[in-house]
Amino acid sequence: MNTTIMLFLVQDGITNGAIYALLGLALVLVFAVTRVILIPQGEFVTYGALTYASLAAGQMPGTAKLALALGIGAFAFDLFEARKALHGRLVVRSFIANVVLPAIVLALTLSLAAQKPPVAVCIALSLVIVAMIGLYLYRVAFQPLAHTSVLVLLIASVGVHLALQGLGLLFFGAEGQRGPAVLSGAFTAGALRFTGQSITVYAITIAFIVALWLFFGLTLYGKVLRATAVNRLGARLAGIRTTLSGQIAFLLASVIGALSGILIVPITTLYYDSGFLIGLKGFVAAIIGGLVSYPLTAVAALVVGIVEAFSSFYASNYKEVIVFMLLIPVLLLRSLAAPAVEEEKD
Amino acid sequence: MQSRLPILVFALLMAAIPFIPGVPPFWIVLLDNIGLAALVAMGLVLLTGVGGLTSFGQAAFVGFGAYTTAVLTTGYGLSPWLTLPLSLVVSGSLAVLLGLITVRLSGHYLPLGTLAWGLGLFYLFSKLEFLGRNDGISAIPPLSIGTFKMLSPGSIYYAIWVAVILSALLTMNLLDSRTGRAIRALRRGHVAAEAFGVHTPRAKLLVFIHAAVLAGLSGWLYAHLQRAVNPTPFGAHMGIEYLFIAVVGGAGYVWGGVLGAAIVVILKEALQSYLPLILPGSGQVETIVFGIMLVALLQLAPGGLWPWLMSFLPERTDGKKPDTSLKLEHRARAPAEAGVLLQVEKARKQFGGVVAVNNVSFEVQAREIVALIGPNGAGKSTTFNLITGVLSATSGSISVLGKKVDNAPPQEIVKLGISRTFQHVKLVPDMTVLENVAIGAHLRGHSGPVSSMLRLDRTDEAKLLAEAARQIERVGLTEQMHQLAGSLSLGQQRIVEIARALCVDPMLLLLDEPAAGLRHMEKQRLAALLRELRNGGMSVLLVEHDMGFVMNLADRIVVLDFGTKIAEGTPATIKTNPEVIKAYLGVAA
Repeated sequence: MNTTIMLFLVQDGITNGAIYALLGLALVLVFAVTRVILIPQGEFVTYGALTYASLAAGQMPGTAKLALALGIGAFAFDLFEARKALHGRLVVRSFIANVVLPAIVLALTLSLAAQKPPVAVCIALSLVIVAMIGLYLYRVAFQPLAHTSVLVLLIASVGVHLALQGLGLLFFGAEGQRGPAVLSGAFTAGALRFTGQSITVYAITIAFIVALWLFFGLTLYGKVLRATAVNRLGARLAGIRTTLSGQIAFLLASVIGALSGILIVPITTLYYDSGFLIGLKGFVAAIIGGLVSYPLTAVAALVVGIVEAFSSFYASNYKEVIVFMLLIPVLLLRSLAAPAVEEEKD
Repeated sequence: MQSRLPILVFALLMAAIPFIPGVPPFWIVLLDNIGLAALVAMGLVLLTGVGGLTSFGQAAFVGFGAYTTAVLTTGYGLSPWLTLPLSLVVSGSLAVLLGLITVRLSGHYLPLGTLAWGLGLFYLFSKLEFLGRNDGISAIPPLSIGTFKMLSPGSIYYAIWVAVILSALLTMNLLDSRTGRAIRALRRGHVAAEAFGVHTPRAKLLVFIHAAVLAGLSGWLYAHLQRAVNPTPFGAHMGIEYLFIAVVGGAGYVWGGVLGAAIVVILKEALQSYLPLILPGSGQVETIVFGIMLVALLQLAPGGLWPWLMSFLPERTDGKKPDTSLKLEHRARAPAEAGVLLQVEKARKQFGGVVAVNNVSFEVQAREIVALIGPNGAGKSTTFNLITGVLSATSGSISVLGKKVDNAPPQEIVKLGISRTFQHVKLVPDMTVLENVAIGAHLRGHSGPVSSMLRLDRTDEAKLLAEAARQIERVGLTEQMHQLAGSLSLGQQRIVEIARALCVDPMLLLLDEPAAGLRHMEKQRLAALLRELRNGGMSVLLVEHDMGFVMNLADRIVVLDFGTKIAEGTPATIKTNPEVIKAYLGVAA
């Protein structure tokens, strides 16, 4: 082992860790606001990545159609829920948000896909498509269950994960794909070579963490989310629509997931089912962060990335064992410092 | 849960199925798989649905069971019947190890922790040389009795379903016992259970082991059904699948586990065989449909299908009143019953910069009713929590019968004969009043989990229930004895809490706002009961806001304001004390 290898491993670890940090942040966000442990987060990653790669390769991604289908479903749920007090404005608003919007995006995708649009357009389209999927998914799958226990939400989350993963195979096939680099070019500093892509990963991760911090600290919607996370009932009594908070959380999570996917697909080949493991590692980071602390989650994600890089170098066979077993000492520490506070569960 | 008849019918039905002419052999294979999944799900019912501990790691315990018998029968030529106890012991002892780490985790760390080691163990199974890595171990001998070898799915069918039905019976026996009540109380948080002497970490570990042993049993059967093992069926996906089997069936019900297993196994099979006919195309369509159906099922019946089905049956109110002639032995009492029972000396509790209780001193004598009053936020409930060991004091000391009990856990305090009720009612809403009250007598019974499962606890159990019934009668709730505690009015629930506290056979009763939510007549009855208890030799320390109630009842009153004691004395002197009037009404202009 020399310093060069070590530096390489650390660099590799930080790049992956940055992605895990983003995912960990999204998981923490969704859990805090909606109590859903978002297992389909991994699918947001693969959907983002593979939609982007397909578009860049001039293929039509099936996700755009899924967005429309889910949108129609969401519209139907809206109509059904408001069936006793239907009025025109509500119907029109829901129709525009849930049907017209994804239809426009689908038309746009259909017309652009064949012409191999530039990278920026591909990224924008992929983000919009996955964001809509996240939003409608919340309406269709989770909003009707919002009053149930964490366990039921979790199982529903598993169901969504299975369905989305199966759809992923349908849309993208079993073949892995790679996308074009978001930023090409590279430079060297000493022994290390920095690619444009890895610089982008760092920059976007940092930008996102800062943006989230500003969002939660300074904006009204950020405060609405925090209020919902602390106490749902209290937030409702204060006039906050908790479904709105859930929608924002899912929107953010799907955008973050898709973005992570777009960032890694130029570095590693992704398959329709790669998202699960990537998401789980974000999960590990989120747990180490205690599912509440954003900065701690980010630091933990970097640790997870670096441990993974080193263990794949030294004991590649046991890479996953080591990453997941990393949790046990953390949990042990947490349980030694377990708070004596009472928690009422339902 | 008492009646054995439906289970007998079910067992006979299952025994008859293979003899029905024309049953396709494939159905028997499905039933085998249902039985195997049902065993694991049943453990999860106890662990997750009843105990409130969500585990994703059960597939790993199935793996321990399967690999133990695979290695020992193929590598060392042991008989499968010899490896059965070994498989169970291996799963059980690894459950102790993993459980010690995980069950102490609170809230959502627990499911995540189990997911983590579930995944880790899966990768370990697939990497370890002596477990055959990804290829696993094959050529496992079949189960055999004499020369009869259980080679076909039809012959091992009986072994599997005998295991399922026996496990269901044992699990139901366990739930319907002293230990079972402690387990069922876990889900509602541990403060209430611990106040009556339940050692909650131990109870959690117990259900953890129970679930792991059932999973190990399923793994052992699986290994001898398939006669080969590889890591795939023990991965995280299966761990999640077992959990949703339990949730779909109805996570709080033993038979919900069996029903859930049947639904999920049959649904998956049907989707796999019929879906390609309807929707030809690439594979995995069944996964999509399966996922969607799962979500839809949860939206229609979030509590699972078993309770949903049961709601169609006429409600049974099998109100068999326990035989109250059975006497439960009194708690071993400390010899000195006169003089100072409880002495609080300069007790102080700080939460960060907030001083909730500020150097408060008072005492409770034998045969005395003392009231602790004060405006909201005066520190009354915190004082209660300090006395009962829920919170530990920042400084100062608390002694019971002259012995210091600083920082003793709640389980130790209740052993000294101090029992309590809670300001916010802490009953288990889906247990009957009788069962809730019987938790109070937890320390006065001694049957453990094994004797409960084998029904050797019946005399002990009958005495506990008799005592509970007596206390319910004493507080005047005999008519509600067999109703679910959650269905009572808040005032009645408070009275149930008093009955539960009385089951401890206490020398000092701590009541936190017992009269809140009671009607006038009920208050008078409560006051009469408390006087009767005092005259019988018990002391009462109560927090109460109803001044009329307190002034007529208490022998002595201690007044707190902002955590500090501002007055102490008889009701007559307290009524005229200027400090007290100032605290309650403000200063006159």
